[in-house]
Amino acid sequence: MLNIDSIKNGIVIDHIKAGLGIHIFKYLGLDKADYNVALIKNAESSKLGRKDIVKIENIIDLNYEVLGLIDSNITINIIEDEVITKKIKLTLPEEVVDIIKCKNPRCVTSIEPNIKHIFYLVDSERGEYRCLYCDEAYSNMEV
Amino acid sequence: MLKGRHLIDPMDFTTYELDEIFSLAEKIIEDEDRFKDACRGKLLATLFYEPSTRTRFSFEAAMLRLGGSVIGFSEPNSSSVAKGESIRDTIRTISCYADIAVMRHPKEGAPKLASMYSSIPVINAGDGGHQHPTQTLTDLLTIKCLKGQFSNLTIGLCGDLKFGRTVHSLIKAMSRYENNRFILISPKELRVPDYIRKEVLDKKGIEYVEVEKLEEVIGELDILYMTRIQRERFFNEEEYLRLKDSYILDMEKVNRAKEDMIIMHPLPRVNEIDYEVDEDKRACYFKQAKYGMYVRMALIMKLLGVEENA
Repeated sequence: MLNIDSIKNGIVIDHIKAGLGIHIFKYLGLDKADYNVALIKNAESSKLGRKDIVKIENIIDLNYEVLGLIDSNITINIIEDEVITKKIKLTLPEEVVDIIKCKNPRCVTSIEPNIKHIFYLVDSERGEYRCLYCDEAYSNMEV
Repeated sequence: MLKGRHLIDPMDFTTYELDEIFSLAEKIIEDEDRFKDACRGKLLATLFYEPSTRTRFSFEAAMLRLGGSVIGFSEPNSSSVAKGESIRDTIRTISCYADIAVMRHPKEGAPKLASMYSSIPVINAGDGGHQHPTQTLTDLLTIKCLKGQFSNLTIGLCGDLKFGRTVHSLIKAMSRYENNRFILISPKELRVPDYIRKEVLDKKGIEYVEVEKLEEVIGELDILYMTRIQRERFFNEEEYLRLKDSYILDMEKVNRAKEDMIIMHPLPRVNEIDYEVDEDKRACYFKQAKYGMYVRMALIMKLLGVEENA
């Protein structure tokens, strides 16, 4: 396996489904980072076969809700003084507020000003969400 | 406890809560006079952002027959909505004046949004093609009063089963009771959506068949629920000409039905039920409209929590 230096203080986002790492990398704006970052693609994984990993030599704010939507199986390791001090397992959030807008042109969200766009989880296995107002179905990837 | 609740989706209430409403409706039907002052001093606001004479009259008649009063608008141009007021602001203001509100809106989810900002109960009287829960309550009370039960029934749903929201809600509602069987009668392209088949019928192991012609199955039915098929919904003209008569109920077909079958229709009817059928004892669609008013009376009383005053 490709050797990437271990992190002193920072974050390792592990167990990313192969191919999704780049989305997380871009979502976190790491392509513009002025600190050490690494995107490892297609690393070997006993659990997943292949996986992506993102390493960040910095403690940054993460929105677990959005990361959970991109891939609910990822693990976030917080590293301090080269030791994992916190391991966070993500799940699909029960409710997603104001991350995307409902696309249904018949939905009340298309006319009401300053409305919160709320989606609720209906099926965690299939990652299915519905708009709180009009029940339009979305997959977690669309969200 | 239904006092103070909203009714936005036909499945908002449990079967136990629905029974409470139907029991009260039956008491009202039995002795309407006893309830003539049940809502005296209470105010119903009817917020109709699109015209719907039938539903609005049904709610207004319900409130007036309970001794209550009604304010509202029947089309948005005659209200502050025309000045661009948001739904949130409208319902917050109306909450200051009225005790309960009924909303019809062309946009899906508008009554849900209103309920989130309202301090009074909000009843969804139809939000676009989305939900129309008091139609489902109407259908259920009709079945309860005319068939005496919600179980062990063979229910035929005929017409446009793809886009008809009343049909989807009725299937969901009747699927909560035991041993019902559905016969779904429609052209192939207007069959019930996949999610109704998979998430309701298959999931609960409910017996159903899908057929194209009403005349072939009418003899098996305890209930026939008719809906209109618009010509433009057909896939092509040939299909329309081949099947159109199968979805028009006439006496020739009714004569093949059981003596105690009931014919229901959410109304308005266009040409899917021949006028000659109106005189048959199985035709129940105008009674259904009356049950609609009674069930709205019971619903208003329950949400206001005024039953004890009656």
